[in-house]
Amino acid sequence: MRHTDHMGYYPRQERLGSGLMDQVLTRVAATDFSVYTSRDVRAALSHRTRTIDDFAALLSPAAAPLLEDLAVAARRATWEHFGTSIQLFTPLYIANYCANLCTYCGFAADNRIQRMRLSPEGIDAELRAIADAGFEEILILTGESPKFSDTDYIADAVRRASALFRTVGVEIQPVNTDEYRTLHEAGADTVCVYQETYNPVAYDPLHPGGRKRSFPYRFESHERALRGGMRGVGFGALLGLDDWHADALATGLHAALVQKAYPAAEISLSCPRLRPTVADATVNPQDVHERQLLQILCAYRLFLPYAAITVSTRERAGFRDNVIGVVATKVSAGVSTGVGAHAEGLASGDEQFEIADGRSLPEVCAAIRARGLQPVMNEHVLV
Amino acid sequence: MSDTFTLGGHEFSSRFILGSGKYNLDLIRAAVHQAGAQMITLALRRATAGTENILDHIPEHVTLLPNTSGARTADEAVHIARLARELGCGDFVKVEVIRDAKYLLPDNQETLRATETLAAEGFIVLPYMHPDLTVARDLVAAGAAAVMPLAAPIGSNRGLAAKEFIQILIDEIDVPVIVDAGIGRPSQACEAMELGATAIMANTAIATASDVPAMARAFRLAIEAGRAGYLAGPGRVLDRGGEASSPLTGFLDDDPLDGAGLDGAGLDGVAR
Repeated sequence: MRHTDHMGYYPRQERLGSGLMDQVLTRVAATDFSVYTSRDVRAALSHRTRTIDDFAALLSPAAAPLLEDLAVAARRATWEHFGTSIQLFTPLYIANYCANLCTYCGFAADNRIQRMRLSPEGIDAELRAIADAGFEEILILTGESPKFSDTDYIADAVRRASALFRTVGVEIQPVNTDEYRTLHEAGADTVCVYQETYNPVAYDPLHPGGRKRSFPYRFESHERALRGGMRGVGFGALLGLDDWHADALATGLHAALVQKAYPAAEISLSCPRLRPTVADATVNPQDVHERQLLQILCAYRLFLPYAAITVSTRERAGFRDNVIGVVATKVSAGVSTGVGAHAEGLASGDEQFEIADGRSLPEVCAAIRARGLQPVMNEHVLV
Repeated sequence: MSDTFTLGGHEFSSRFILGSGKYNLDLIRAAVHQAGAQMITLALRRATAGTENILDHIPEHVTLLPNTSGARTADEAVHIARLARELGCGDFVKVEVIRDAKYLLPDNQETLRATETLAAEGFIVLPYMHPDLTVARDLVAAGAAAVMPLAAPIGSNRGLAAKEFIQILIDEIDVPVIVDAGIGRPSQACEAMELGATAIMANTAIATASDVPAMARAFRLAIEAGRAGYLAGPGRVLDRGGEASSPLTGFLDDDPLDGAGLDGAGLDGVAR
């Protein structure tokens, strides 16, 4: 059956109907960022807790000249909630097959790249290599292929990872609640799903085919994951795909609404920017430069001060070193976005995108300590 | 005169307990050397931190108080506590069961369940709780060695927001009442001790100070001052107006027809 309505569901995709998506889309569509003034921004900075209107003011053009004030307030909030802790993790790509046609992604099904998925032995070799490097938290990633990286395959990888790591997260194709429960029972505790863009009109042509084309199914992933028993969920928009003000507002609002509906959920935010890919070296984050990225990060911190904020190796070392402690509480290290890149002797698949910070774990830890902060390798005992 | 308190048969002279949630090694050193902490909480999730092992920075004479942070249910808290004991962290456990990731408020019902199980297994259980008298009584009945009511949300530095209810616990509960979470300034720690709290637990207040060692020292002094004030028995506070320093009934001594006045005994034989 040909599926064309990106606001509908594919067969066997679970529908929650929680109403959060309509709340987010309605609020974001009604927001005019140009109405905010520096007075609104200063008021937002002075408030003990911040409303969605405050959050919009902090994201608005009026806040750009006040970036230093935002950073000072954000650093204070980060310090109060997280102290000196900076968590470390590394991603492990176990497969790069993908059934989607996203126009911006190196893994897109119509890209001619080296495809592979790790065998169980290959997964073990990669996990051991990463554990030997000192990591205790790992994020398992795949391309979105129900055929080559189905839930059973991922669950097997999670079980293997759980034997070596104290925290295991997954960043995989959205699945139904029962499948998230399967992954949780296998040992996964966190789920990251990025909406890419929260603008349904922009989402449509960027996702011309594959089950990822369903906007609402992707949007409801976090709720399904939590209902499946996951402890934490990560949110993000891929900055550079559409108007970043609106996408950042939607991301924060989405996270806040999920937090309200699921009080025990541990919320995290990421701010990926578009990066060049094997298939297209010209991809770039357009108008989201580091200045804009920092404004977004500060707004996230001030709106959701308790949320973990991850800054990945998509960003250069100098940027990452300067935002830890100010806003970021979680960073990756020793990263490869290719498949089979950690252990020696494994054939490797092409990378999803180019990273900008290739430093090892000891190098990143040294940079964290140089800022007077503490590298922390794990946050949880899996129970 | 020594002024100590006991928890599960262990005697402590310092009434400052350090929370280590902010994971700052400078803080631990300052708390031990400047604040004289004899007990430090330890999030089991941070017990082994790869490149930085927090246990390496806690002196041997300091008692570990492993906590169950991260637990969302009683069963998870029990599991973490057992792990802590297996890891050699001792028999103390601070029970934290939290199902609110935003404010980190404790779930009293699940906390009680965990306390019942762990106390029965021989743990010295110190439950982190909302200052609810009924629950505190149940916790004591379940075997809690102390109760640890929050003063304000964790990390908020907002002080004794729950003062009235903590006072009720102090008045009514027979095990040590350790004020935990929310104390932000030395003066607030002092006030809690003046109320009669047994000890103060703090972390963020010191971890986020500009000068960590100086703030640790300030907390020690404040806690000692508050304790001394409590032991001294604070003078009464008048809600309004003043009070004559002479007794209001003193004029009765002047009654020439009162035989008691004539023989010089006056009202001195009556308690006043």
